[in-house]
Amino acid sequence: MNPLSKISAAALTAAALTGCATGLSKNDSAEMSASSAALSAGAGKTGHIVTIGDVHEYRLANGLQILIKEDHRAPVVVSQIWYKTGASYESNGTTGVAHVLEHMMFKGTKTLGPNEFSRIIAANGGRENAFTGQDYTAYFQQLEKSRLPISFELEADRMANLNLRAEDFAKEVKVVMEERRMRTDDKPRSLTYEHFAATAFVNSPYHQPIIGWMNDLENMNVDDMRNWYKDWYAPNNATLVVAGDVDAKAVFELAQKTYGKVSARPIPTLKPQTDFEQKGIKRIVVKAPAQVPYMLMGYKVPVVATAKTDWEPYALEMLANVLDAGESSRFAKELVRGQQIATSVGAGYDLYSRLDNLFIFSGTPAKGKTIDELEKAIRAQIQKIKTEPVNQAELDRIKAQVVASKVYEKDSLFYQAMQMGTLATVGLDWQLMDQFVERLRAVTPEQVQAVAKKYLIDDYLTVAVLKPQSTPAPAAANGGHSHAH
Amino acid sequence: MPINSKNSKSKNMNNKLFFGLLMSSILFFTALIGTTASASPDIEHWRTTNGARVYFVPAPELPIVDIRIIFNAGAARDEDMPGTAILTNGLLAEGAGGLSANQLAEQFESIGARFGNSAQRDMAILSLRTLTERKIFDSAVNTLTTILTQPDFPKTAFERERSRLLTTLKRNKQSPGKQANETFFNALYSKHPYRNQPTGTEAGINGLDTAKLKAFYDKYYVGSNAILAIVGDLSRADAEQLAQTLMGKLPEGEPADDIPPVEALTDSKEIRIDHPSAQTHILVGQPGMKRGDPDYFALYVGNHILGGSGLVARLSNEIREKRGLAYSSYSYFVPMQQNGPFTIGLQTKNESANEALKVLRETIGTFVKEGATAEELEAAKKNITGGFPLRISSNKKIIDYIGMIGFYQLPMDYLDTFNERVQAVTLEDIKTAFQKRVHPEKMITVMVGGDVNSIGKE
Repeated sequence: MNPLSKISAAALTAAALTGCATGLSKNDSAEMSASSAALSAGAGKTGHIVTIGDVHEYRLANGLQILIKEDHRAPVVVSQIWYKTGASYESNGTTGVAHVLEHMMFKGTKTLGPNEFSRIIAANGGRENAFTGQDYTAYFQQLEKSRLPISFELEADRMANLNLRAEDFAKEVKVVMEERRMRTDDKPRSLTYEHFAATAFVNSPYHQPIIGWMNDLENMNVDDMRNWYKDWYAPNNATLVVAGDVDAKAVFELAQKTYGKVSARPIPTLKPQTDFEQKGIKRIVVKAPAQVPYMLMGYKVPVVATAKTDWEPYALEMLANVLDAGESSRFAKELVRGQQIATSVGAGYDLYSRLDNLFIFSGTPAKGKTIDELEKAIRAQIQKIKTEPVNQAELDRIKAQVVASKVYEKDSLFYQAMQMGTLATVGLDWQLMDQFVERLRAVTPEQVQAVAKKYLIDDYLTVAVLKPQSTPAPAAANGGHSHAH
Repeated sequence: MPINSKNSKSKNMNNKLFFGLLMSSILFFTALIGTTASASPDIEHWRTTNGARVYFVPAPELPIVDIRIIFNAGAARDEDMPGTAILTNGLLAEGAGGLSANQLAEQFESIGARFGNSAQRDMAILSLRTLTERKIFDSAVNTLTTILTQPDFPKTAFERERSRLLTTLKRNKQSPGKQANETFFNALYSKHPYRNQPTGTEAGINGLDTAKLKAFYDKYYVGSNAILAIVGDLSRADAEQLAQTLMGKLPEGEPADDIPPVEALTDSKEIRIDHPSAQTHILVGQPGMKRGDPDYFALYVGNHILGGSGLVARLSNEIREKRGLAYSSYSYFVPMQQNGPFTIGLQTKNESANEALKVLRETIGTFVKEGATAEELEAAKKNITGGFPLRISSNKKIIDYIGMIGFYQLPMDYLDTFNERVQAVTLEDIKTAFQKRVHPEKMITVMVGGDVNSIGKE
């Protein structure tokens, strides 16, 4: 049996149970009964601040999880509200709805007009944005510290009182289609990635692109917006992360006065959609107007949230770093510089996704080399990992980089908040953030070999190749006509 | 600052965490070009014995230090070999002091130090972030000094990097946005050194050899043509020693010549290029202003209102909010040593290209003619001055600023006086400055997209 399907089934069951195991008060359990899966592990007990390291955690009676990181270097604050919903929560036919709704969240509430949210934040010197991923939808503001109440009032308002108008939707969905054209349709590599993911994943919702299929966007309507908002936008399905020059207790009180007014609501139970076992290598070709070939190879692997063996994701992360973490890693040394087979080549793995994911290789062959030669070279690197233990100097170098990174990241409030928000929202304990270094340091050469042998095998592999279709040589800057066909 | 960094190979561990987490956002994360300035860290300034200007801000909160060395050796110095500046800069870490690229990279990465390099039109940059723990710090500085002062320009590495750069040029042709940008610069600066992309041209790159790079290095990578910015957990004495260690072995040399002034456009011109894309990328503009420009604040605040403040700017309101024509529509100035571009841009589905261009032109025309409203000016000032602390809230942001202040020799109180200078801008200032400097009837228009030549002109 495919170890992957076992792992993800087990992990999903565990995730569904964790919410109930956090020792919540009676008040909470009443609200939570409809939504146990939505509440993450490690949540603070309602009414009590739990402090671990320099992070303070609290849960409001309505279920909102709050994480505060005090950092007094500069008189600024970042506030992020993370909802446990995203593209991987969508169903076929309405893909992209999570992201379109994210756009609609700027279109006003019962008391504010379209864009007024943005105007108020701007008038307070703030910067704002929002983003949608497979596993989350998040909204943020960066402000001078005294302006934090404005952020809380506005976000709490649109958590409960969004005004979804058909005419606003009609315009905004056109904006999103333009975004799709810009980010995907006209970018050959992004387009290749989209086809690649849709091939690698079948039943898993990671099959579908975050921005949605164009056909689904074309057929979306304002009722899709209303349903999505009603289903997922509730305090008991969200995590508030605040980092900056604040006093944690004052922030909790402020949250109580603002977000605290929003009522908890039942949250739908998410179907697991566990991908079925892959039965062999899959290969696709994507033809697109392009000049330079490109390839993606992805192996199905577990992640922290799904792994049955808890060191495996860290061993995979280490493996990704051995191959590609800077100019001294193997890909740079051997494929770009040594053999000169790749113009660029990378290995990557996201260990903090909600569902099983891909360990991805990507690259462009060097001039005079082919995609086949690049694939062979990447495979040879994988084979080497399987047969020869990674040497200690390489591991030490990666560990040094990781340790230093942990210090460097303290220079970015936003990044620190982002890590906490991601972990909490994919159903993990945010404290894993602080355990990352020690867990990675604990990985042995044998473990790196073991995960390579177990997961980087053809049966779990999908390969996508971008095959450039000729494009015209651009006309000289003089306005001459040149034609595409 | 212009954003054209070359170092696509290197990837830092921070980004690693979010590899593959493709996200979609409400706003396009454009680099905040031209929106400079911030609060007031105390900047200490001195010169090394060989003429390098040093800018230092002590930041004892974290045990790290950021170092940025900037030479007046960007692509504007390429002359008839476009690509010289970026390849010279890129080759530094490909072999130095007899050490190979692998060895140099290992020296940095075995202690967790992060090295970066890039070349834009004005600047050629080397940067380093390291922990300040003594042994680590000394080792990182030692490797950086080797790269800076003893580059070997090995032939094999040169051939490889040249080939990689040519692939980058080829890949850029896939992108309607990059095509539009390249065409736009060519037209705006047809007879000026800002004409070419920092990534060079095929002919320029093919005409280079290591001797030419070495000559470029010898001429421009010298003390009197350099600034050094330092932010981190160091004492003044440590910083002085660091500056001398790093820069001291470079010859004093000569500062680079002034970049010639940019000629204003005399006519409007529209360039349409067919590209097999779903969208047409539209860029409209002209040469704008330089760093330290007397009209800087009026133009900066005015542009904030016109197209520099995201969703709440006029352009976004007209193009995106009212009509749903584009995901991103914006305007910005890039102040450089000489007049950098003033650019207004958007991208829209091919069928809407003419309509969007019309709205874009009307929006600029109206703004230049009538200026901003009192409400808009008030809102812009609140946004810019109220957000001041965000501009200098990290070491990374501070080094961006002091690097810019140093390179462009802006007044040392630039940050201290920034808010008051913004506050001083009046409606009349904006109108006067825009009418004097921005000429909608003499702009370059570039459209790159599907069948732009057959849709009929606006």
